[in-house]
Amino acid sequence: MSTQLTVSTSPHVHSEFTTRGIMFSVILALLPAGITSVYFLGYRSFAVIAACVIACVACEWFWQKCVMKTKVTVCDLSAVVTGLLLAYNLPPTMPIWMAICGSVFAIIVVKQFYGGLGCNIVNPALAARAMMLISWPTAMTTWTVQGMSGATPLAAMKAGNAFKLSCWDMLVGNMGGCIGETCSVLLILGGAYLIWENIISWRIPVIYIATASILGALFGHGGLMSEIFTGGLLLGAFFMATDYTTSPMSAKGQFIYAFGCGLLTALIRTWGGYPEGVSFSILIMNVAVPLIDQYTAPRILGAPKSNFFKRTGGK
Amino acid sequence: MNLPTFLGGVHPPEGKALTENKAIEKLMPTTAGELFVYPLSQHIGAPCSPTVKKGDAVSVGQKIADSDAFVSAPIFSAVSGTVKEIAPKMTVAGSVEQCIVIESDGQYTKAPSLLDELGHKPKPDEYVKLIRAAGIVGMGGACFPTHVKLAPPKDKPIDWIIVNAAECEPYLSCDNRLMIESPDEIIRGLQYVLEIFPGAQGVIAIENNKPEAIATMTEHNKNPKITIMPHKVKYPQGAEKMLIKSVTGREVPLVPALPSDVGCIVLNTRTTWQICKAIEEGLPVIERVVSVTGDAVAEPKNLQVPLGISVRSLVDACGGFVHEPAKIIAGGPMMGLAMRSVDVPVVKGTSGILALTSKLAYIAEESACIRCGKCVEACPMHLEPTLVDRAVRLRDYATFQAHGGESCIECGSCAYECPASRHLVQSFKNGKAFIVAERKKAAALAKQKAEAK
Repeated sequence: MSTQLTVSTSPHVHSEFTTRGIMFSVILALLPAGITSVYFLGYRSFAVIAACVIACVACEWFWQKCVMKTKVTVCDLSAVVTGLLLAYNLPPTMPIWMAICGSVFAIIVVKQFYGGLGCNIVNPALAARAMMLISWPTAMTTWTVQGMSGATPLAAMKAGNAFKLSCWDMLVGNMGGCIGETCSVLLILGGAYLIWENIISWRIPVIYIATASILGALFGHGGLMSEIFTGGLLLGAFFMATDYTTSPMSAKGQFIYAFGCGLLTALIRTWGGYPEGVSFSILIMNVAVPLIDQYTAPRILGAPKSNFFKRTGGK
Repeated sequence: MNLPTFLGGVHPPEGKALTENKAIEKLMPTTAGELFVYPLSQHIGAPCSPTVKKGDAVSVGQKIADSDAFVSAPIFSAVSGTVKEIAPKMTVAGSVEQCIVIESDGQYTKAPSLLDELGHKPKPDEYVKLIRAAGIVGMGGACFPTHVKLAPPKDKPIDWIIVNAAECEPYLSCDNRLMIESPDEIIRGLQYVLEIFPGAQGVIAIENNKPEAIATMTEHNKNPKITIMPHKVKYPQGAEKMLIKSVTGREVPLVPALPSDVGCIVLNTRTTWQICKAIEEGLPVIERVVSVTGDAVAEPKNLQVPLGISVRSLVDACGGFVHEPAKIIAGGPMMGLAMRSVDVPVVKGTSGILALTSKLAYIAEESACIRCGKCVEACPMHLEPTLVDRAVRLRDYATFQAHGGESCIECGSCAYECPASRHLVQSFKNGKAFIVAERKKAAALAKQKAEAK
């Protein structure tokens, strides 16, 4: 036999999961909501989305190729996901140069400074959004819907104005808000697709949404429906809080993390200085993930049952 | 129906359709001059020393190597002929080890059986001795000497004897065929073990993807102490600790605990068959069933072959390769060993020869861990593989141990799922090997110190 055989450690077969495949599915799940926002919010949305995606990919390429001189991994599509998510978190009227600045911050400062894919401690898109919210507060909170400028439903609620929206408008996204967070139906469908494909678990989105909406309603902030369908809760719960790198790995940890996100969102929405609390809640819980992971490590099969603190915390 | 199982695990494509309905065919090359090779270490424990020398005439079933160590098992010739040489040869694992090479005369002249030597029908208290004399080891691939398993410490009562017929490794179907074709031997083999442990009950655990085997075994089982228990189809259902958990609900404590610590003994299907044959006929381990399969093989088959035969003969008996194989694996695709060459002998633990083309064989470059947690979900031992892996790569062996790295059973579930294709199993093997080496070093140092005093 003249053939060259490959010798390597087992296993010799593999599931269909690849990093790139997962990222592609996330993009697929995100696209419909983006397309709808272009329909409702106008072509400016498209410009912002394109600017963010291109800037993110270019930054990643530049950093790996020219600065770190390592293997360029833009083909894993993770930068595209970051760009999409960042754009979805911006208002459609956002100046393009600001969007590009945000992308540079997301990829270079938040992702690559910490070691690149899988090493960042907070979600790059959300961290960039937070940076932009502090740097350009006016641009970040100016909304224009169908040529009419106005406040988002949550901002209106914050100001104590009655802002009556029909259920239909809330579901399809015919209201003020960031590019990707308004079309609830498509966000839910996209999230459901990711759960169905076994890419994300139901735990984080379901518990997050349940906690945030029920507590928000209990705190007297708004109705259950408007808590869920306005603002960035759905986008955050399905696509941002579930970011692998910055969420806990164990089921138990995911419960705690999602509950924490929900609680913080409800607190910020009700009593915080901002109308919206999703970004900051997720960012805060991102930072808590290493701690959560440490205390929620699964019990090794056969290990004594009382080792909750012994094995990890006590070390 | 809710079948018993365990938490974690994966569902690799089964690939069993290639051979599951292929009756066992006997392959007995009768050309004089064919070489049969017997590595001196075919089991976990001390390697054997040859009991024959170059030029000796041997016959079928004659002992050719043995050891005085408790954890070891003798080796027998499966052919008659002469000892050609005792020399280093390549084995299935790709390493070069001392081997006895026998030139077959093609006659298969039989040596006196173990029972002839014993002179009477064995009694239950002689079974374990006879099992050792027959060279029986765990024939699922691990090759742990069976007589050691059957001699647990006196303070550990055994109440479960589990025959591991799960055969959860994809592609393999030799145990499945054995159950369909000789169910009585397996049941009687288990009965003999139950005679050694009168307080125990017997279970034959089969994955539910072998309905014919389950039906046959159930039909042939008349013993009320034996239960045929179908299990959920999930890899690695047949791993010892997973099987014990799903059959009895008990958890084997952390390493170095053994199944006997929770009153269990797990035996492979073929091993149980061998026990029956050893006790009834005095037959030592000289042959086994091998599934020769994979998409590169012309005609996948289940072959019963004499041990020591070259893997090349098995492939030839199956019509050779129709496609170029990218990987040839001894065992199943999840835990088997990738082979460097087919010119190596079949040993006691060779359950399958799997030739995969580049379409199916997984050869991929690693990328960064994205912390997706799929490995955590898949690990049947409930470890966090990515953290264990990171510890090994950082050479932080204290963290490796703290994360339970030594508990890894190397089933490959984590690496199977890993989207970043991390070489997790390789990493764990390295970590474990390092710890073992460190322990040995420490022990040697302690001994040196003691001697210096």
